[in-house]
Amino acid sequence: MTVAADVRTEIELPDRSETANWWSRVRQFVRRNPLGAAGAIVIIVMFIMAALADFIAPYNPVANAFDRLHQPPSLENWFGTDQFGRDVFSRIVYGARTALLVGFVSSFIGASIGLVLGVGSAYFGGRTDLIFQRILDVFMAFPLIIMALAVISIFGTGAQNVIIAITIPFIPRCARVVRSSALAIREMPYIDAARANGFSHSRIILRHMVPNVMAPFLIMITAFVGQAILLEASLSYLGLGVQEPTPAWGLMLQGGAEEYAESAPWIAIFPGIAISLAVFGFSLFGDAVRDELDPKLRSQ
Amino acid sequence: MRLTQLMRPAFALAAAAVVAVGFGVPPAKAAPKKGGVMTFVVPDEPPSWDGHRETTFALIHPFAPFYSLLIKVNPENPSSPTDFVCDLCTEMPKPADGGKTYTFKLRQGVKFHDGTPLTAHDVVASFKKIISPPKGVTSARVAYFVMVDSVSAPDNHTVVFKLKYPSGAFIPALATPYNFIYSKAKLDADIRWYEKNVMGSGPFKFVAREAGAFVKGERNKDFYVKDRPYLDGFEAIFSSKQALRVQAIRGDRAAIEFRGFPPKSRDDLVKALGKDITVQESPWNCVLLFTPNSKKKPFDDVRVRRALTLAVDRWGGSKHLSQIAIVKPVGGVSYPDHPLAPKKAELEQIAGFWPDINKSRAEAKRLLKEAGQENLKFTLINRAIDQPYTIVGTWLIDQWRQIGVTVDQKMDPTGPFYAKLRSSDFDVTMDFNCQSVINPLLDIGKFLSADKGNESYGGYTDRTLDKMFDDMNRTGDEAEQKKLMLAFEKRVLDEQAHSFVTLWWNRIIPHRSYVKGWKVSPSHYLNQDLANVWLDK
Repeated sequence: MTVAADVRTEIELPDRSETANWWSRVRQFVRRNPLGAAGAIVIIVMFIMAALADFIAPYNPVANAFDRLHQPPSLENWFGTDQFGRDVFSRIVYGARTALLVGFVSSFIGASIGLVLGVGSAYFGGRTDLIFQRILDVFMAFPLIIMALAVISIFGTGAQNVIIAITIPFIPRCARVVRSSALAIREMPYIDAARANGFSHSRIILRHMVPNVMAPFLIMITAFVGQAILLEASLSYLGLGVQEPTPAWGLMLQGGAEEYAESAPWIAIFPGIAISLAVFGFSLFGDAVRDELDPKLRSQ
Repeated sequence: MRLTQLMRPAFALAAAAVVAVGFGVPPAKAAPKKGGVMTFVVPDEPPSWDGHRETTFALIHPFAPFYSLLIKVNPENPSSPTDFVCDLCTEMPKPADGGKTYTFKLRQGVKFHDGTPLTAHDVVASFKKIISPPKGVTSARVAYFVMVDSVSAPDNHTVVFKLKYPSGAFIPALATPYNFIYSKAKLDADIRWYEKNVMGSGPFKFVAREAGAFVKGERNKDFYVKDRPYLDGFEAIFSSKQALRVQAIRGDRAAIEFRGFPPKSRDDLVKALGKDITVQESPWNCVLLFTPNSKKKPFDDVRVRRALTLAVDRWGGSKHLSQIAIVKPVGGVSYPDHPLAPKKAELEQIAGFWPDINKSRAEAKRLLKEAGQENLKFTLINRAIDQPYTIVGTWLIDQWRQIGVTVDQKMDPTGPFYAKLRSSDFDVTMDFNCQSVINPLLDIGKFLSADKGNESYGGYTDRTLDKMFDDMNRTGDEAEQKKLMLAFEKRVLDEQAHSFVTLWWNRIIPHRSYVKGWKVSPSHYLNQDLANVWLDK
């Protein structure tokens, strides 16, 4: 008994005040950023759909059902069926997986590479920075979609190549933003101190500078996810992204959706709404994150 | 000619099936008007501009108007598999030497578009490139001319073909619309010159080409047929999206698409445009295939290949897919309804055509298990064209899913798609056999061994099959030909499971009613020089 009592005393029970603090922070965030909170809800719903698609979707998203071609929305098929008789709702639920996979992977990789390159460019400065920034200028001269199309034309179509195609144009954009923050950090006394202590360049960049530019980095990631989802949908719509029969929102907008736009508009409407909501959600949430992390905006 | 007799019923069927619906005036009735530029849409761009090398409509539709042929199908009767007329020649020759020699006399005064005279030597050089191309040069129609022994030009206006044996398949092969007559001088300078350049003697002269956008042609004022062409020019606009092509016709930005639309698009256009749209329909000498790469594991195992075809419900597919795609008839490797083609009862004995799909799929699963491929996964490469490639490819993947096979689809534009086929860089590919004149004895050349066939991509060598093809073409006995054809079908589709038929195509051409002088045929390759087309505006 004594032992049990001792154990109980040694276990760190959740601090009620910490939990309450967390909830109060959430409430504060919602109060300060109601639109950001709405965006967060959209993102959470997307995550739930993607994670639990096997349980949520009433039908196999790739199974053809020729006895149910072009069925309008009904109790059986909430969002109707497409030109193969596939359930549009099930395809949208599974399509969230594709959107999030492409969105997050390409944003995270693109922003991470951009982070290291941006900080490195600012840290070394001088001719290295000058040359590197001119190279970034060349990449940034191309609009996102054009750059992605160029990459797709080199690597070919498919989910993996779409991720590469979206990642590459993100790198210079993130590097440019991060560099501007890193330029200020480079002049800080603690960086001089690190140099004076003889720390290696990589240690100074990765341990002392990168953690201090995390705010713009996180803001860039949230902004990129929405852009990546839109870009993936655009590439798939053009037939250059993921391929049939993979459920993907952009892909659902092409082919049958165009051909049957008049007689079966639900084939195009629901994936269109899904794309809009996802991009809108990430955009609102990204703005809110920026407001929260930017001290100037926070003080306002 | 035995083949001619064989083709008569097919001709009757084809002619009967070619229907013109809608509200347009039959093209031949009104007096043709001169002038105007016709715009048409083309769903794809060709890998190269060389007709001898390519097998796609994407080449024929924009480039055929620039070239002449030795002979061609009668543009007034393009559905006939036996009605041929001279293009560059002056008179259809009678075979001599027991059917082994054909002598063609050529028109005099014909000029290439650069002003140089076209002679028999140009014709000979062109056919030599087609029949026996030098190493490193691709000809898609070598197997069409297996019966040809030699081609020569005794003088500037005479071409002589000598055959190894009499063959009813020779004249239809000669009328193939890809047999463009090229300039010998150009070929001598660079045999691959025509892959990237245009210079013919056809009714239209090349003006410009913008990659991904258009090809333009203008009237050849020196064309050798008096008062032709009627049009001042044409513009072929490339658009890979079917919805855009349909809208182009609907909005009168294009007058016609020569390949074909699915039933839904036809109905939409008729509903929207009423008397301003005319619809011509025809059965189609075109079939969508899928071909495993026999050089690659596990597709080197005939059990795995057979399982893939056994999984496919063609009878159900015909019923359902015909609602959304340009496919319908179920058939084997030879044109359905042709006297040489297997009857339904015969077809139902072949793997993949069994009437009981459940039994068929159970056998497919058993074969995969036996081959140790129960969880087979592979990539299907496909051509990035909506109709019917994407639709049928997506349907096939669902058919294979039902025997536990997981398939990714990779769509490629025509150029990269062909590059992969030609370099055997695939697991399983969508494939097609689209021919011009209905001529099953040669059309099935697609299925021969890799070193013998016309664009045979399966990577297999099957000399028994090659011999059957040869025997079929040499015998004049119809019963023997039919027997050999059935054995050929069984060997390709079932016993050796080299390559597989999905469904045959069904051609529907809705076009602006002011387009006159063009008649649909059972091939989207035939009758495309536009010399007789005019605009009733």
